[in-house]
Order: sequence, then C-alpha cells, then structure tokens
Amino acid sequence: MKQWQNFSKGFIKDNPVFALFLGLCPTLAVTTSAYNGLGMGLATTFVLVMSNLVVSIIKNLIPAKVRIPTFIVVIASFVTMVEMLTEAFVPDLYEQLGIFIPLIVVNCLVLGRSEAFASKNDIVSSIIDGLGMGLGFAMALTVLGAVREILGSGSLTLIPELLEFTLYEGDGMLVFVLAPGAFIALGYLIMLADKLKQKMY
Amino acid sequence: MASKESTFTNMVLTLFLVTLAASATLGFIYELTKEPIAQAKLRKKNAAIQKVVPRFTNQPNNESYQVAVEGDSLTLYPAKQDGKLVGVAVSTFTTKGYSGEIRLMVGFNPDGTIHNISVLEHQETPGLGDKIEKSKSDWSRQFNGQQPGDFQVKVQKDGGDVDAITAATISSRAYCDAVRRAYQAFQKGGLQ
Repeated sequence: MKQWQNFSKGFIKDNPVFALFLGLCPTLAVTTSAYNGLGMGLATTFVLVMSNLVVSIIKNLIPAKVRIPTFIVVIASFVTMVEMLTEAFVPDLYEQLGIFIPLIVVNCLVLGRSEAFASKNDIVSSIIDGLGMGLGFAMALTVLGAVREILGSGSLTLIPELLEFTLYEGDGMLVFVLAPGAFIALGYLIMLADKLKQKMY
Repeated sequence: MASKESTFTNMVLTLFLVTLAASATLGFIYELTKEPIAQAKLRKKNAAIQKVVPRFTNQPNNESYQVAVEGDSLTLYPAKQDGKLVGVAVSTFTTKGYSGEIRLMVGFNPDGTIHNISVLEHQETPGLGDKIEKSKSDWSRQFNGQQPGDFQVKVQKDGGDVDAITAATISSRAYCDAVRRAYQAFQKGGLQ
C-alpha cells in the first residue's frame, strides 16, 4: 500500500508539472504536439528511474558536501546515453526529439527527486518514485501537448502515421502552438488539476 | 544520508571515482553506437538524395565534391544512371530562418530546372514556418520544374515569383535564400 501511494502520488497529488511546478521549461517548450510531449515524458522517465536507482545505491558513499555535483554527473551520463542510443537505434524518434533530449539534464525534476527522495530512501522505493514521477510528468506533457495541438493545428498525433487524427481542416488558433499559448493552456490545466486534487484528497 | 565525512580527501576521491566511472561507461556506449549512428546518418542522406533527383544507379555519396559559394562551400552529389549524369543534389543551407539554420537538399536536372527539394533540418515555428516541409503543406511544390534562371526565387513581396506562406514570410524568404545559393553552386560546378 505504501509503495502504491509512492507510485500514484506522481499523477495528481504531487504531479511534477501541475502541483510541484518542476521542469516547466521543457514542459512549455516541447509540448507543441501530443507526440512530442509523450516522447519527452518517456525519455525523462527513463533518466529519472535510472538516476534514482544509482543515487540510492551510492547514497552512503557520497560525502554530503559533494552530493550535488555527483548527482549531476550521474544524471548527465544517463542523458548522454539516452541521446546516443536513440540516435543509433531509433533515428526517427531522435530526429523528432533531437534538441530536447539534452534539455533533460537541466530539468529540475530529475535533480529534485535525486536530492529529495532517492538520497534518503531505499532502492525499491526510489525506483517506484522515479517511475511514478516520470509517468506523471509524461502524462502532464501529453495532455498539455494534446490540448495545444487540438486547439492550435486541429490535429492529434500520438504516434505519427499510426495514431494520427485530423479533427478539422485549416489552421486552428495559432497562438496555442506558439509560446504564449503554452502559458495559457498550462494555466487552465493547473486550475483543473487543482480542482481534481481537492476533490480526491 | 552522508555516512561519510566531508573531508578534502574523501570529496576529491569520490568525485574522481564517480567521473571516472561515468566517462568509462559513456566511452563504452559511444564505441557501441558509433557504427549504427554513422549508418543511420548515411541512410538518411541517401534517402534525401533519392527524393530530390531522378532515378540513379551510382553512389552519389562517394562521388560528392565541394563548390565554394559566397565565402562558404556547399556539397554536391552527382546522380548518374549508367555513367550518364541525370541530376545533381545540392546540400544547401541558410542562416536567415526565423529560428536558426534551415538545411535543404535541392535536386537539379542537368538543364538547371529544379527536380525536387526536401528539408533536412529546421527549427521553424510549428504550425507556421514548418509548412516548408512537404509533409505539412504543398507549399514547396511550386519550385518543382522551375528554372531559377527565369523563375525569380524570391517572395512576391521582394519582387520575385514565389508565393510566400501566409504568416511566415521570413521562413519563406530564408527558404528562397537557400535555394538560390544551391543554384549558384550548381551553375558553378554542377556539370563537372
């Protein structure tokens, strides 16, 4: 039960985007379509789970004063690994996410979970926390991307060419694809998520 | 946490070991992915060349050469069918895009008309400037079959013949700039 709470808190209660407001820079920048949001969310999930795992393994070997540089080195290594592996084996996805993957390093969410959770908890809880937080982040990005894509370009792309829908022809409200639309859409989504949170807890 | 004391030796040693382990792992992954990445890039380049020139039987990538244009040099890929030149693909770019560089592959027929153009790389605004891509809009098809000698590759606002994308004049202008540069390179060294 404790582990389930550990996992599910990332979705609504402590959702990185809607409740903790962590990692908003990539959130606003990449969510021009649902697919971009999903890809970025899943890449972040991988990094989050792996860095939480490693940090919780080495937590007792790290002197307190150099813990932050150590965490950053661990995180940056995993991000570089993800970048090289996607470029080599899924070049199509890499092309879509190319410039966003290195951005994961500067996502406060990853460092935040290492510092606030993984460095104080055991390995299993840390992995579950990383998974829950990562999937919560992916969900938030996908929803935000879907809203912006539907309003802005009149389509919905979950997987290009497989799960792609055109909802109406012509241009939508272009502002939603641009940067200001990201802030507007995020503002309304935070409001909805907050209402939901009040009802549930 | 922190069962270890933060003494100078401890900190230096920890950081040294962590960075050592990280760089060793990354070096290993780099070696592992070097070959597949190079192959993926080559496949992408070949696919782009195939899209913009008529059918060919040679390996344009192995016969490529550079031509200097406006203080820069562009790479030309000659496409040959049974030893006869059927087209030239020019890898071109512009720095005048709305956000960053735009890279194009422009295919010319031997008589200088544009066969086809494909976008290799860009960061234009989604929903506006990204209509330069064929998958997003038919805009770029207006170049096909045109001869840049008679067809002014400039947007109509600048006195040219190109119908610009609505609300993305800067992207359209940049696209034209890249195509013009490709044509200059083709004129200089396309029929070697």
